[in-house]
Amino acid sequence: MKAVARAHPLWLAYILHRISGIGLALFLPVHFWVLSLALNNAAQLDAFLTLSDLPIVKLAETGLVFLLAVHMFGGLRLMALEWLPWNAAQKTWAAAATAGAFFISIIFLMQAI
Amino acid sequence: MTPFHLYMAQRLSALVMAPFVLVHLGVMIYAIQGGLTAAEILGRTQGSVFWFLFYGMFVVAVSIHAGLGLRVVLSEWAGLRGTALNALSGVIGFGLFALGARAVWAVTAGGV
Amino acid sequence: MSEREIISVTVQRGGPDTPQRLQVFEVPAFESQTVLDVVSWIQQNADPTLTYRFACRVGMCGSCAMMVNGVPRWTCRTHVNKVLNGGKIEIAPLRNLPVIKDLAADMDPFFDKWVAAEGRHHPTRSRDDDIAAINPEQPERVVASSGIECINCSICYSACDTVAGDPDYLGPAALQRAWTLYNDAKDADKDTILDAVSGKGGCHSCHSMGSCTAYCPNGLDPLSAIAGLKRATTQRFFKGRAK
Ligand code: SF4
Ligand code: SF4
Ligand code: FES
Repeated sequence: MKAVARAHPLWLAYILHRISGIGLALFLPVHFWVLSLALNNAAQLDAFLTLSDLPIVKLAETGLVFLLAVHMFGGLRLMALEWLPWNAAQKTWAAAATAGAFFISIIFLMQAI
Repeated sequence: MTPFHLYMAQRLSALVMAPFVLVHLGVMIYAIQGGLTAAEILGRTQGSVFWFLFYGMFVVAVSIHAGLGLRVVLSEWAGLRGTALNALSGVIGFGLFALGARAVWAVTAGGV
Repeated sequence: MSEREIISVTVQRGGPDTPQRLQVFEVPAFESQTVLDVVSWIQQNADPTLTYRFACRVGMCGSCAMMVNGVPRWTCRTHVNKVLNGGKIEIAPLRNLPVIKDLAADMDPFFDKWVAAEGRHHPTRSRDDDIAAINPEQPERVVASSGIECINCSICYSACDTVAGDPDYLGPAALQRAWTLYNDAKDADKDTILDAVSGKGGCHSCHSMGSCTAYCPNGLDPLSAIAGLKRATTQRFFKGRAK
């Protein structure tokens, strides 16, 4: 595989950003459709939501949260890289700091409720 | 629309969404504690101007962002060019907007 | 090395007129052998019809770049023992360019885009004026200087997946050249440069994957140069055009 021959960290970040973006875009229509069930078919929406108790669905949800978080931080990283005249080390630190803050707040949130 | 304008639209829609995504993630993690029910979701959102504006703007931004993002992927990975590319990404963007708008309407105004 | 070891070298042959195929050669290993030495050995000792290109053999001219095990490299300065993969090497012509024959890629698109990105000098003075004094420490000059050691080898162009997916994309080297001129106090037409890199296939197509910077043999950083162009065009959008 020649593409893998050229893999390096920034390239992996690019692929991750693209794949997560495609994944989210494919998920969105389903997400919207399920929510609009509330309009005329609340029972069906509830039937759907009970599915969210299944472990497999939980896993999928976790996957989606991961995709969303990865895509957002990847995107913010990209905009910082393009628009802020910082040097590479400053950018790495900024990215690490935001990611760290994010995970700490998630853990905090999960503890608090 | 020059490629530069598409680029700006892509970045600006992303910037608009960053705070929305954070709130959305937060609400999601909060909401799934103890299972999801339609009543719980609707109880939070129905009749709320705040959530209507929040999700409304979110849907507008995400339709632009996903439409433009898939446009690039379709061009680079599927080789689409010109009219076919513009038409298909337009359909994706407007389609997402229509579906999203319906969903926002359903959860914020539907029952009122 | 007591007994001469043998390297198994897979070479991509053919071009537009002949079907492409892979041919394996057994090449004796030598000390301090470069990939270009290997290719030359094949041409001189095994198959004189093998076509490839080189000139300086010291990393100055930028003509010897090829894909080595799927990675674009300057072959005259790539030691075999650095790339040897279980006694084997795969050599192919540069990616993202048409093949002329065997290992010689057609560099025309690469140079055409260099011109399309406005990679040419727009003078501030005529021959009758004095030469402008330039302070090498001035920040813009430092930025410009960091990109001028480009040898036009097209390695970055071959490494870039955006070039692979978008035939219109100007590519890292041409855009870096534009950024260099944009920061050059002796260049009179910054707006033309920004216009040239804002069109179809311009700097905004770059996905910042940094393969250009990762593989540039001269340690240049087209990724950051292109980010500079994005920043400059964005600033111009918000502030309006200069004068
Ligand atoms: S950073 Fe831009 S120019 Fe460099 S390899 Fe990536 S897409 Fe190509
Ligand atoms: S930027 Fe580097 S890799 Fe690209 S053409 Fe110039 S020297 Fe070669
Ligand atoms: S032969 Fe001149 S750079 Fe390799």
